Amino acid sequence: MTHKQSAISLDRRDFLKVAIAVAGVSSLGNATAVRAVDATSSGFIDTNVYLSRWPLRRLPCDDTAALVAKLRGQNVTQAWVGSFDGLLHRDIAAVNARLADECRRHGNGLLVPFGSVNPKFPDWEDDLRRCAEEHRMPGIRLHPSYHGYKLDDPDFAKLVQLATKRGLIVQLALAMEDRRMMHPLLQVEPPDVKPLADVVKETPGLRLVLLNAMTLLRGQPLLDLVKAGEVFTEIAMLEGVGGVAGLLKKMPLSRLLFGSYAPFFYFESALLKLKESPLSDEQLRAIRCDNAWRLLAKKSQPN
Amino acid sequence: MKHEIWDVHCHLCGVPGTTPEARLGKLLEYADRMGIARLCVSMGMTMEHDPSPEFMRRSNDEVLQAVKRFPDRAFGFVYLNPRHTQASLDELNRCVRDGPMVGVKLWVAQHCNNPSLDPIVAHATELKAIVTQHTWLKFTGNLPGESTPMDLAELAVRHPKATLFCAHTGGNWERGIRAIRPYPNIYADINGVDPTAGFTEMAVRELGAEHVLYGSDAGGRSFASQLAKVLGAEIPDSARRLILGENLKRLLRPILSEKGIKI
Repeated sequence: MTHKQSAISLDRRDFLKVAIAVAGVSSLGNATAVRAVDATSSGFIDTNVYLSRWPLRRLPCDDTAALVAKLRGQNVTQAWVGSFDGLLHRDIAAVNARLADECRRHGNGLLVPFGSVNPKFPDWEDDLRRCAEEHRMPGIRLHPSYHGYKLDDPDFAKLVQLATKRGLIVQLALAMEDRRMMHPLLQVEPPDVKPLADVVKETPGLRLVLLNAMTLLRGQPLLDLVKAGEVFTEIAMLEGVGGVAGLLKKMPLSRLLFGSYAPFFYFESALLKLKESPLSDEQLRAIRCDNAWRLLAKKSQPN
Repeated sequence: MKHEIWDVHCHLCGVPGTTPEARLGKLLEYADRMGIARLCVSMGMTMEHDPSPEFMRRSNDEVLQAVKRFPDRAFGFVYLNPRHTQASLDELNRCVRDGPMVGVKLWVAQHCNNPSLDPIVAHATELKAIVTQHTWLKFTGNLPGESTPMDLAELAVRHPKATLFCAHTGGNWERGIRAIRPYPNIYADINGVDPTAGFTEMAVRELGAEHVLYGSDAGGRSFASQLAKVLGAEIPDSARRLILGENLKRLLRPILSEKGIKI
């Protein structure tokens, strides 16, 4: 198969042109319309979305109905969502119950909940059980910086192992915002990611998705971690001109996912990165949906 | 309606290429993919926080070399260091008065409320050149000479006729926007900060769309993440048009006209 560049691929019958859909942008005309990202009929799987409220500001689309409308308008067919409440709330069980309920009530299957678990809380194992058994979540989303543990903490390793035994995907949010921009009363240290490769190697079957990783993990350390096991990352915090194409020169295509970090970030940021880099049809399809789809499909095969 | 996009803030660093022309050419390849018509470029192949006069000249030579290759696509901004006032004035004359550059770039060598900036800003204003000042409000701590939007506000009071661009809007944009709000000669350049939703909406609400400018900070940042701040914002299309290019065209028109450059 010849991998034509995305600009050429728009005419292919099996690709639907996404005339991007940015509110108001379609009127910009051919020079500025964001339209080179094509989509199969399956659209985008956005692996990095949050519900509820960021503690320090209201965000456009931090209302679930508005967020669903936004995602639908961008041809997102599935969004893996965590809850901002999972960062600071202590009643994690209620956070996860609300998250599951919101996902049921909105979007008609668009929203796929990833529950929060804090391994430093008493009886966190039952939060994990509820995520898997009661809420039927396909994975969990962890926030070590906000929950006050390091990645060489035995409780973290235990949580990852138990989640893997339950067949859950583990999403690890390495950052939530630029450290320089944090509120002075809510500053958290970024985690040291060095111990992560050992955790991956010691947890057979682990499917680990790094969220907002690109400011902390780049170059060889990222590649080493990806080689350690079934480790994926997404593009929300990837920066630099032609960033996606640059990353793919070294990183296996199968490990890169689409993630917008909406509604904290403008959804269009991740979308436009796929336009900025010259990518083949195969690359676009893999990042946009196929890799995430394959990752999720393994869910039914717990160790 | 088609909106022309002009990017107010690009660099040659962080871009592949072994020559300034190659790097600008590569930047323009990406710009073409994003529908960006013109780039404002400052600083050379490498960056120094506190450049010597020699480094300034070399850095500006590299930008001159690059924009000479693409005169219809790029404008140069001269990189100056107020700690070397006379050398900076000489560079301003060489690159702007007697050369093709249209603006001044000030980075982190000296807080911009320092009196050493006064002759530079005064002369830039005489030349109708724009002054872009890097600003940040880092809770992790600014560099010793790194300016804040509050510093820029002080400069604006002393130079009410100067056209001042508040690059990065202080990073912490919710504070930065407030800091520059009272000063009509300061413009929010929204480049080089994470594409945090709500940034552009607040800037338009508090400053007016005519005081907000799109920029990227490419090559360190992607055009994509920075354009998203404008294309993804919940603002009227008329505001989008101003931010993407019309404001910059309006503000550059006096110096471009002086140089006989038609836009």
